[in-house]
Amino acid sequence: MPAKLIQANETPFNRVDVDPIALDIIENALKNARYEMDTVLFRTAMSPGIREQHDEFPMIANVEGKMVVGQFGSFIHGFKEAFNGTIEEGDVFLTNDPYACNGAVSHINDWLVLVPVFKDHRLIAWAAMFGHMTDVGGKVPGSLPTDARQIYEEGIRVPVTKIFKKGELQEEILELVLYNCRLPHWNRSDFNAIIAACRTAEKRCVEIAERFGDDIFYSAMDELLERNKRAMAQLIKNTVPEEKQYFEDYICDDGLGMGPYRIKCAMWREGDKVKFDFEGTDPQSISSINFYLNEEMFKMFCGVYMIMVFDPQIMFNDGFYDLMEVNIPAGTLLKPMEPAALSCRTHALGRIFDVLGGLLGQGSPDFLCAAGFSDSPHFMYSGYDKNGEWYQLYQIGFGGVPGKPSGDGPDGHSLWPSFTNVPNEFLESYFPLRIDVYETLPDSGGAGLHRGGNALRIGYRFLEPGEISIHDDRWLTYPWGVNGGHPGQRSQKILVRTDGTEELCESKCDRLHVNAGDLLYFDTWGGGGWGDPLVRPTDKVAFDVDAGLVTVDGARNNYGVVINEDGTVDEDATTALRAQMSSDRGDTKLFDKGFESVDELKARCEADTGLKAPQQPRFETWVDVQRQRVAG
Amino acid sequence: MAYRLGVDVGGTFTDLILVKEESGDTFSAKVPSTPEDSSIGVFNGISKVCAEAGIDPKDITHVMHGTTVATNTVLTGTGANVGLVTTKGYRQVLQIARSFVPGGLGGWVIYNKSLPLAPLGLTIEADERMSAGGEIVDEVNDAQVREELTKLKDKGIEALTVCLINAFANDANEKRIAELAAEVMPDIPVSLSSEVVPEMQEYERAITTVANSYVRPRVEKYMQNLQTELSDKMENVQLHVLRSDGGLASSAAAKSYPVNLLMSGPAGGVTGAVWIAGQSGYKNLLTLDMGGTSTDVALVQDGVAQLRRETTVGDVTVRASSVDVRTVGAGGGSIAHVPELTKALRVGPQSAGAAPGPAAYNKGGTEPTVTDANVMLGYMPQSVRLGGDMEIRKDLAEQALQSVADGLDLSVQRAAEGVYDIVNENMFGALRLVSVEQGYDPRDFALIAFGGAGPLHANALGKLMNSWPVLIPPGPGVLCAYGDATTRVRDEASRTFIRRFSQTSTEEVATIFEDLAKTAAQTLIDEGVPEEEQVAGYEVDIRYQGQGLLLTISVDLDELRKTGLEAIGKRFDDQHEQLFTFALDAEQEVVNLRAVVQGKSAEVKAMTLEDGGADPSAAVIGKETIHVEGSDQEANIYDRSKLKAGNQIAGPAIVMEMDSTTLILPGHTGSVDKVGMILINPNE
Repeated sequence: MPAKLIQANETPFNRVDVDPIALDIIENALKNARYEMDTVLFRTAMSPGIREQHDEFPMIANVEGKMVVGQFGSFIHGFKEAFNGTIEEGDVFLTNDPYACNGAVSHINDWLVLVPVFKDHRLIAWAAMFGHMTDVGGKVPGSLPTDARQIYEEGIRVPVTKIFKKGELQEEILELVLYNCRLPHWNRSDFNAIIAACRTAEKRCVEIAERFGDDIFYSAMDELLERNKRAMAQLIKNTVPEEKQYFEDYICDDGLGMGPYRIKCAMWREGDKVKFDFEGTDPQSISSINFYLNEEMFKMFCGVYMIMVFDPQIMFNDGFYDLMEVNIPAGTLLKPMEPAALSCRTHALGRIFDVLGGLLGQGSPDFLCAAGFSDSPHFMYSGYDKNGEWYQLYQIGFGGVPGKPSGDGPDGHSLWPSFTNVPNEFLESYFPLRIDVYETLPDSGGAGLHRGGNALRIGYRFLEPGEISIHDDRWLTYPWGVNGGHPGQRSQKILVRTDGTEELCESKCDRLHVNAGDLLYFDTWGGGGWGDPLVRPTDKVAFDVDAGLVTVDGARNNYGVVINEDGTVDEDATTALRAQMSSDRGDTKLFDKGFESVDELKARCEADTGLKAPQQPRFETWVDVQRQRVAG
Repeated sequence: MAYRLGVDVGGTFTDLILVKEESGDTFSAKVPSTPEDSSIGVFNGISKVCAEAGIDPKDITHVMHGTTVATNTVLTGTGANVGLVTTKGYRQVLQIARSFVPGGLGGWVIYNKSLPLAPLGLTIEADERMSAGGEIVDEVNDAQVREELTKLKDKGIEALTVCLINAFANDANEKRIAELAAEVMPDIPVSLSSEVVPEMQEYERAITTVANSYVRPRVEKYMQNLQTELSDKMENVQLHVLRSDGGLASSAAAKSYPVNLLMSGPAGGVTGAVWIAGQSGYKNLLTLDMGGTSTDVALVQDGVAQLRRETTVGDVTVRASSVDVRTVGAGGGSIAHVPELTKALRVGPQSAGAAPGPAAYNKGGTEPTVTDANVMLGYMPQSVRLGGDMEIRKDLAEQALQSVADGLDLSVQRAAEGVYDIVNENMFGALRLVSVEQGYDPRDFALIAFGGAGPLHANALGKLMNSWPVLIPPGPGVLCAYGDATTRVRDEASRTFIRRFSQTSTEEVATIFEDLAKTAAQTLIDEGVPEEEQVAGYEVDIRYQGQGLLLTISVDLDELRKTGLEAIGKRFDDQHEQLFTFALDAEQEVVNLRAVVQGKSAEVKAMTLEDGGADPSAAVIGKETIHVEGSDQEANIYDRSKLKAGNQIAGPAIVMEMDSTTLILPGHTGSVDKVGMILINPNE
């Protein structure tokens, strides 16, 4: 049974005409309110993940729950479908369970707060936000156990719960939840910060409605959704071909020695509508790399990506959802069945963007971006310091932004909105470690007319014994290049022990013991290159060499540019070399994935990476049984 | 007899205010600016103002000046070739920056990062290491650093920056490298991060120190030339420059730490606004400075402008205190357009700038701007012209606005009104940033508007903000000159000192404060401000341990010794609650300690108008039909220079002066007070 709205004032809204100027003003005001939510959150949250790295997503939705401003699209529809209770004035909802909200959040570290906004005892809008908690309990610090088989191992699950009832905080519930977390004071303050951010949005919505009138406010939100739909309809028509396009990419492994896992998607247009079908995607994993992908969220990813690539002037919101249909088969990596583990979904979440880029771009290669949105690598370090105090670090890594139609990809930057790195001086002040190296790796960005960004290397020197976790991917498959661009370099992790011995670490591992003095090189991936590197202007290549971002050998081997000892370009030698390389190579490829087939890739895996090739994934039969039951 | 002189060099006019130290009497002059060499205009002005006051320029002892040299150097990318020395492993600190990509989800697709201010090719690594606690892990490897510095020298750097990891905790290794640099390249100015901004966060410290080096040679040269020319005409004159935080710096300090001058221009406007509004009796202000391409807003509480520990110019953001001015890309030249797919009306951030400028100025501009909308609506009458030689063409404005009207399917007049409303909305957003978002209620503040275009939009913004009265000071240029002439010499010294309350003591904190005050006081003594004329203030940045936010709490040293750190903690809790609706039961942590030392403030009297009664009709110079709030209405046009104290101007009305035009809306009245301020209030 879906949720039931109870409001003292049942007066229906009137859909009225909104003057186009007032409409723009309301859009602006809502946008400002949404940024104000960020401001409030960043300033008052405590965990570095939210505070410094900005792992959080705010939203304001209309009375029906459609997102008007925000990032990841609305999940209120899913929540209302899944929640069997009432929605009343003064209620605030909290959940972190992907299975309880149709994947509105995709692992239980993300705490989602929903605030129905009432004015004069009538629901007028929704404010919501979710943020990543550093720890929610479970079997490992950070609550992202690579080897979890079921969601129960990943920490405390909160079903959709009224954490405020008629304006009263349900303290016992909050305490119960916090009691299960390793860093309850961080969770408490981050929770408070999220609530404060939503309250800000609530206040602003009421103010806007007061300024323009409730009916205008209501109608303007509708009109903003429709405006977006009209623009997107045009965009879809112009850019999505009717012929089916296919694209597939991989998650390299599952942390249990099996992989790679295939994500496959088809896209085509029927009339006004664009359709996506993930048939052919591998079944769900027995480990925690599953990504519960909400269809609406996928639509938002897709819409935002299209807007950014084709026409950044369009304001995005939920208005265009009717123009997209998405099929994700149950029991797959992207729609796992309960109680599959979900905590390490970050790899598949990132990979979805590469898949989208490949799908949308193949119809119009001028707009195609290379790969690199491959991951959001995590590093964790915890233990007891010499004062006997528990320390626990959760950090998100960055890498090379892909080469793209507009230019080079930045080196060691974030692909996620508003994310930033944590200052190393901050880390060294609060955690028992030193950052010995913080640099990007030359030649790691895929060569191209527009160079992919370089991978980032962080050298963590541990000052106390402790345990570390590494969660990364793209160590086996490459961030691919496009339009003749080369793939970016793959990721790797090297642990140098105090006696000088070097150990290659698996791309995904937990509870790796480290001693004081050990040094971990955490190398992420480079972005794929865009366009033919043999036509990249030689002065740009020389500039990169001077900057140390490309080596002299890299310039020669990848760009065909011969650099003299004094750093200048040997133009004659370059012209000759480029001509030779061009004729040896033949035509450029639309996609350069860096391998011919998965078998070929696996065959050279150990020689290339030093790590054993993953085994063919094993899948579980109960999933098939249940899936058939659901279908039949 | 001693005089001080405030000078503001604007795009069109150079304004000067001469203040007689003894009596506070003032004289002003306005002369055309001379962009090819701004000192020509300055000296023309000095001759004019001295003639008016009947004094010899030799009687001027202090010249105070806001400068945009540092700002323009960054904006035009014409700074020095800066070499950078980092700790081994950190050569790419500026390249990686904070890894931030603007623009939201998918923003990377259209983001092209600009090059670092210090090129990677000119960045070297030093073999050394400091710990976060300030212990030397590795001493500087002299031989290695000498060799690397020699390479930099050979590459022809013009300024050197040293920013080592954890130098905020201990400056020993940076100092050592400065010594080596003095041997290797004695003529190159060196900026140390531990001197420019001794605070935690390596990227922010590096970019700030590099920015200092980047603008330093140009600022030095400019100051040198100005000082030399001034000294030719006046004996013993001291040149002071307005800093971003609204304090004055000696020319020596300005030359060493020019990163503190990046907001010198806007700070002058705010400081002048504070002073003139004070003359009219208002101390709580929202300031609105609307120019051709952008608008600056700031909040002033109890006569003190809010400061921010951050300064942004173009895409460079540095850690330097500045008046908390927020800038939006909304100005008279902002271009209006209607995107094909959405049919929404957007104004800015693209601007027609000074060239080609708004279509109505007939200098080749064809795109519709905010100014064109103002002309179309009749707010900038073409029938009357004062002093300035700007021709205004309504027909060209109408032509330009046609594209917007077509896109929206509205009449040109309605479209112009839309442009006016939208640009107001953009400024409204910026005003909210400095007020409501910081926990201030805009109804407690008066709105003071200046800049060429501010007074045209001020009344409308007063309505949106509910901030009354709206204050329109006389002459926007004069305002900045007043700001220059009335500010105090100021210096601050700060130190990052991260301790939980339980890990430090009241006495330890108080002792550090005293040391910092001594450092800052010495700077003032060096600038000729005797100790007995100095006032010291203290600030501490606090947060909940583990939190990112810092709140700045001002501290009275005696009070601190009496009531202890706990009392400060309580004030922090209260402020946190006011801003964010909650306080935490978590331990507080000291992060930065700061002492601010200021010289005494100058006594300056405003010029006054004679009383003229309520009737302003003697100042009427014409009539104009204007389109306002959806209908055509008849408005009187007034010449501001003919207005007298006590005049009551009923809206709708237009008040014109040489470099600005004021719009008073229907239902509002503008009263002229004794200092010439127009106070706009809604009619009861």
